[in-house]
Amino acid sequence: MKNFLATRWGIIGVGVCIGVLAPLLQKMGNPGNMGICVACFERDIAGAIGIHRAAVVQYMRPEIIGFVIGALFAAYLFREFRPRLGSAPIVRFILGVLAMVGALVFLGCPWRAALRLSGGDGNAILGLLGLITGIWIGTLFLKSGYNLGRSQKTHVTAGWMLPLIMLGFLILMLIYPYIAGQNKNGVLFYSIKGPGAMHASLFISLAVGLFIGIIAQRSRFCTMGAIRDYVLFRQTHLLFAFVALIVAALITNVVLGQFHPGFKGQPVAHTLHVWNFAGMALAGLAFCLAGGCPGRQLFMVGEGDGDAAIFVLGMIVGAAFCHNFGLASSPKGLGPHGIAAVIVGFAVCLFIGFTMRKRIT
Amino acid sequence: MSKTVDARGLSCPQPVLMTLDEIKAGETNKIEVLVDTDTSKENVARAAQSQGWTVTDTAEDNGGYKLTIKKE
Repeated sequence: MKNFLATRWGIIGVGVCIGVLAPLLQKMGNPGNMGICVACFERDIAGAIGIHRAAVVQYMRPEIIGFVIGALFAAYLFREFRPRLGSAPIVRFILGVLAMVGALVFLGCPWRAALRLSGGDGNAILGLLGLITGIWIGTLFLKSGYNLGRSQKTHVTAGWMLPLIMLGFLILMLIYPYIAGQNKNGVLFYSIKGPGAMHASLFISLAVGLFIGIIAQRSRFCTMGAIRDYVLFRQTHLLFAFVALIVAALITNVVLGQFHPGFKGQPVAHTLHVWNFAGMALAGLAFCLAGGCPGRQLFMVGEGDGDAAIFVLGMIVGAAFCHNFGLASSPKGLGPHGIAAVIVGFAVCLFIGFTMRKRIT
Repeated sequence: MSKTVDARGLSCPQPVLMTLDEIKAGETNKIEVLVDTDTSKENVARAAQSQGWTVTDTAEDNGGYKLTIKKE
């Protein structure tokens, strides 16, 4: 059967859908220029379960749960659920941690970089240039033989581990829902101010997450792949979808009155150009070495990819590191150890890139 | 003489890189590519077509796919 969403117009349609839905989520309560941000939302989840205690970024984001479960549903429906793991899991975990460090120095993943740009945030230009640079460095490693080795087929149960964790998170959220003005309900932490306190209703967020999970799994939408494939192969298949997302989000933002061009005073953003660039360059390099943007990693989890699951857990744990150890930026500027973290992050990525170039047989 | 590229278990973009390497080596006009995900299947087919090759067969193979690509 022909997979329409994986055709050129199909995946452009997916980019348009995400580009329209993200600003709508913002309109319905999500934070500014953060209708959907995979890194920020995983960071909020880390806060919700209390592995960091930054009071302003704690919320169990249903969008992330929806991405995984929607992709899982689509993968089963179209017989694409293939449980697999074992391709350098510890390296993927570290890359997940470092991707989160870079993303939280910039304040956003590639999805949010696009959404920030379409909301008029000029700082996103530096972020996107950094993203391109990081991915370009990654392609140099790919050209010189870098790889993480083969995965193996495994038990269905193994492929279900992270989807089950996500279902568990959803159940916790239903048992211990957000109560206005309370920073904790049962085992879950909730922000009562800051970006973590800004959210659309649970069911709208979950429904949008499920829908995007389904169409993104079918189309293989990937923001890192968009840039990587163009740099490596001059292939524009994924790139058109990424550009479609930006254009659709720009139009939606203008229509909704959410387009505010400028550099200063942008929501959940800082104006340190060098570190917007460097943070996203680190994230882009880590995503490239790990084979997918943070969204794509979630959709691959739904397909039964246990290595992508390890990367996601790396990002969630990395978010805890970022807030516990002062690595994450805030609208006031860099965290006290943000610069050191970016430098160490680059060193580790380069170490991984240079030393894992053996040809696989 | 046909060549075989075994890209099973390898993540993006390895299957495409390996296929393009074999195409660029120019030693054959028929390559069989083994992959284990639908994404890799679609990516390899797209890359082969961009080089002027044709996918002549896609067979299910041991839980994955065997693509046969040819240069006419």
